[in-house]
Amino acid sequence: MAKRSTPELNASSMADIAFLLLTFFLLTTTMDQNLGMPRRLPPLIEDEQEKPPEINKRNIMQVRVNSMDLLLVNSKPMEVQFLKEEVKTFLQNPNNDGDKPEKEPKNIELIGEVLVGKGVVSLQTDRGTSYKMYMAVQNEIMKAYAELRDDFSISRFQSPYAKLTEDRQEAVRGVYPLNISEAEPRDKGKKGR
Amino acid sequence: MKLIRKKKKAAGTYSSSSMSDIVFMLLFFFMVTTTMREEEINVKIKLPEATEIAKLERKDLTCYINVGSPLDALQDKFGTDTRMQLNDKFSSVDDIRDFVAAKREQLSEADRAQLTVAFKIDEQTRMGIVTDVKQELRRCQALRINYLANQPVK
Repeated sequence: MAKRSTPELNASSMADIAFLLLTFFLLTTTMDQNLGMPRRLPPLIEDEQEKPPEINKRNIMQVRVNSMDLLLVNSKPMEVQFLKEEVKTFLQNPNNDGDKPEKEPKNIELIGEVLVGKGVVSLQTDRGTSYKMYMAVQNEIMKAYAELRDDFSISRFQSPYAKLTEDRQEAVRGVYPLNISEAEPRDKGKKGR
Repeated sequence: MKLIRKKKKAAGTYSSSSMSDIVFMLLFFFMVTTTMREEEINVKIKLPEATEIAKLERKDLTCYINVGSPLDALQDKFGTDTRMQLNDKFSSVDDIRDFVAAKREQLSEADRAQLTVAFKIDEQTRMGIVTDVKQELRRCQALRINYLANQPVK
């Protein structure tokens, strides 16, 4: 019987080549996942034809930020970290105050008849306001909404909002609809662009 | 009769042939997961911090608007003023219309309404330019936007 030896390939350099390629991909790969706050812009209204409906004054919470990044809530100066509580009490109106938003009974699927507040948070910035401050304010308002929705879903469905099924989430969203209106910015403090 | 005969090996050597298999496996993993950066960002961007943020879905339906001051290396050419970058070049607000239209063109009919514009904006930027961008997007009917932000480090 003839002795046959299979020619062996020297595979040791193969690892080197693979390592080289591996390092290349390791360095060029970006595993960044983008995180962000999704929003919808209101459609542009063709001028003068139809004006947005007038909103009762008690239903509006005026949040204004000036070019020095100072916050004014319903004409009172405020620090950003207190904004969340203020927005929460405004939207909830626990004592049915006359200067806080009206409530309207609404029939929502899966929940039944509940009182839904008509509150709108109106956010106005200056052209000189920094984006950082704007995002901080937006974040506080979103936090207030998230906490209200969470509280409601725990009392109703015994689980936090994030763990609800999709249609339940939608129902909870119906109880606390996101109403943030962004007014056109002023140009008082002429600073930067 | 012995069917399997053991090869005698010199002490101390081991087979490194499986090493390349392992490395290749890793290599394929990275090759598949890697996404080449499509554009080079020429502006300095430090995203603001926020907690109420969610992961951006459908990257293919997203186009990015970068706003910030030019990179240090480019500052003697472009100055330090806040600039906007679309695709690879510095642009003005008027270019957004073409930019959005071009992105819409790439998408299928069904996906066009889902087009999201993500804002990659430096935290020191003034709101004036941000508002201009938003107004222009409203004019282009690109209403889904996303403010990109970082989760604060605890």
